[in-house]
Amino acid sequence: MKIASLGYRLTAPLLLLAVALLPLFLPWSKVILTLALAKGLAVLGIVVLLHAGQVSFGHALFFAVAAYSAAFLGQALAGGELVSMIVIGVLASLAVGLLVGLFVVRYRYIFFGMLNLAFSMILFSVLEKFYYVTGGSDGLQVARPLVLGLEMERAGFETLLFYGGLLLALAVAWAVHRFLESPLGHMMKTIKTNETRLEYLGVSARGVLLAGYLVSAGLCGLGGVLMAVAQGIVTPEYAWWIRSGELVFIAILGGAGSVAGAFVGALVYEVVRTYASAFAGDVWQMILGFFLLGIILYAPRGLVGLYAKVMKPAETEAVPPAAPKRQALEPAE
Amino acid sequence: MTALLEARGLEIRFGGVVAAHNVDIEIQEGRNLAIIGPNGAGKTTFLNICTGYLKPSAGEVFFAGERVTNKSPREITRRGVARAFQIPQLFGEHTALENLLIAAAARQSRWAPFTRLGQIPERAEMLHLLEVVNCASVAQRPVDELPEGQRKLIDIALALALKPKLLFMDEPTSGVASSEKFGVLDIIAKALAEAKVTAVFVEHDMGIVERFADEVAVWNRGEVLHRGTPEDVLSHPEVVREVIGEEI
Repeated sequence: MKIASLGYRLTAPLLLLAVALLPLFLPWSKVILTLALAKGLAVLGIVVLLHAGQVSFGHALFFAVAAYSAAFLGQALAGGELVSMIVIGVLASLAVGLLVGLFVVRYRYIFFGMLNLAFSMILFSVLEKFYYVTGGSDGLQVARPLVLGLEMERAGFETLLFYGGLLLALAVAWAVHRFLESPLGHMMKTIKTNETRLEYLGVSARGVLLAGYLVSAGLCGLGGVLMAVAQGIVTPEYAWWIRSGELVFIAILGGAGSVAGAFVGALVYEVVRTYASAFAGDVWQMILGFFLLGIILYAPRGLVGLYAKVMKPAETEAVPPAAPKRQALEPAE
Repeated sequence: MTALLEARGLEIRFGGVVAAHNVDIEIQEGRNLAIIGPNGAGKTTFLNICTGYLKPSAGEVFFAGERVTNKSPREITRRGVARAFQIPQLFGEHTALENLLIAAAARQSRWAPFTRLGQIPERAEMLHLLEVVNCASVAQRPVDELPEGQRKLIDIALALALKPKLLFMDEPTSGVASSEKFGVLDIIAKALAEAKVTAVFVEHDMGIVERFADEVAVWNRGEVLHRGTPEDVLSHPEVVREVIGEEI
C-alpha cells in the first residue's frame, strides 16, 4: 500500500517531467502539447463553473474573443508583442465575461448552459458575416509576435511558447486550486448544494457565481490567446458550438471538477484526436464519443478519478458527482 | 424603547387562505418569543415575511427602527437577522466545521481568493461554537451524514455564526426524538445566551414553550390571537380551546 501511495504521489511530478522532456526527443510534439496546454487552460474555466454545478455550452465565446483580440492587436501593430497579446486577450475576455455574466448568472442549469451557447453563436455569426473586419470564414492570420522585444525564429518561438505555456499552466493551475479552496471558492460550491442558505448568510449567490464566471472567462481567454499564437490563425470555429462542447468533453474526460484533470484530459484528448484523425479519417469523433461514454458509465470521476481509484482504492470510492439539490424550506404538507 | 423588530398591518393571502391579516407585533430585545398556533395559522409565513422570503401585500416590517419590508433575505441578514429552518438548510457536501467557516467568511466578507477556508482567523471561534452546540465531535464529518438532531443544531450554529441580533427558528425541535427535545433545547438556550441573541421560535410543544419562552404569541387564521407570558397565554380558555386542545 505504501508503494502504491508513493507511486500515486510521484505520478504528477513524473508526468510533468515527461511532458517537459518529450519535445527534446520528439520536437514535433511541441505544437500538440502547446495546443493541449491551451485547451487545458480553457477547460480549467469549465472546471471552475462545474464546482458551482453549472455547465456552459458556450465558453468558446471567450476563447474566440481573446484569440481575435490578439489577432487584431497583432495586425494593428504589425506583429505585436506576446505579453501584450496575452494581457489584451485576457482583458477582452474578462470584459465580455462581465457583460454576458451579468445576464446569465440570473439563470441555472440548462438555461445557464443554453444562454451561454446562444451568446457564443451570436459571436460566431458576427465573425462569419463581418468579413472586412474579421476575415469571415477565412479568419485572420496571427503573425509570430515579438517576445519581450525580441524577434524569434519559428523553432525557437515554438519551444518558448511550449515551455512558457507549461510554466503559465502550472502557475494558473496552482492559483485556480487555491481559489477553489478559498472561502469564495467554497461559496461557489454551495451554489450547487444550497443556494438558499447562501443568501441567508447575507451573500449574493449571483455575485459569487459572477466572480466564478469572470475567472472562468479569463481562463478561457488565456487558452484562446495561446491557441491563436500557436496556430498562427484564428477562424470563427474558435467560437463554434463544437469548440464549447469540446471543452466540456475534456472536462468530463479528465475528471469533472479536477484541476489536474483539465490538463490530463486535454493532453489525452489532443493526442487521441491527432492520431485518430490521421488514422481513422471521419470516424475519429465516433471513437471519442464511445471513449466518453465509457468514461461516464464506468469512471464518472474521469481519468484522474480512475487513476486515483486504481492507486488508492481505500481512499476513493466510486461516487458520481452529486446531483444538484433543491432543498425545501418547510416539509411538504 | 425601540422594538428590535416591529411588524405593522401585515397582510398576505395564498388564494383563499389568509396567512396574515392585520398582523401587528413588536419584539423586544432580550425577550425570547414563542409563536404557537395550529397548522396553517400563518406562523411560518410571518417568519418568511420578516426574513424577506415572502413579500406582504400590505404592511411594514421594521428592524431596529429601519424599514426592511420587501428587502431580500440577503439584505435583511446583513442587518442582523438570522434564520434557522424547519428543515436544516446546510451545505451537504461540506463538513460541519466548513459550514460554519463559510458563514464566518460571509459575515466578515472574506473574499481573498488565495486564503484557504480552513485557515481563516475565525476558525477557533467556529470550533468553539460547535462545542457550544455539542457538535465538536462531528466537526470534520460531512453534514449530510449526520442525524437530524445534530443537523438542527448545526443549522442554528450556522445562523449564530453570523452574530445576529435576532434569530428566527422554525420548529427547532421538529424531527428530534421526544426524549431528546429538552436536551436539544437546553443546548440551544445555552448557545443563545452566550451569543446574547434574541430568539423568535415557532413551536408546537407547549412544554418547551413554557420552559424556554419569555413571551408567547398565539397565531390563528393569520391573526395574532393573544400575546403574553407563557403562564397567562397557555391557560387562556380561548387559546386552550382553539389552539392547544381541551385534552391537554
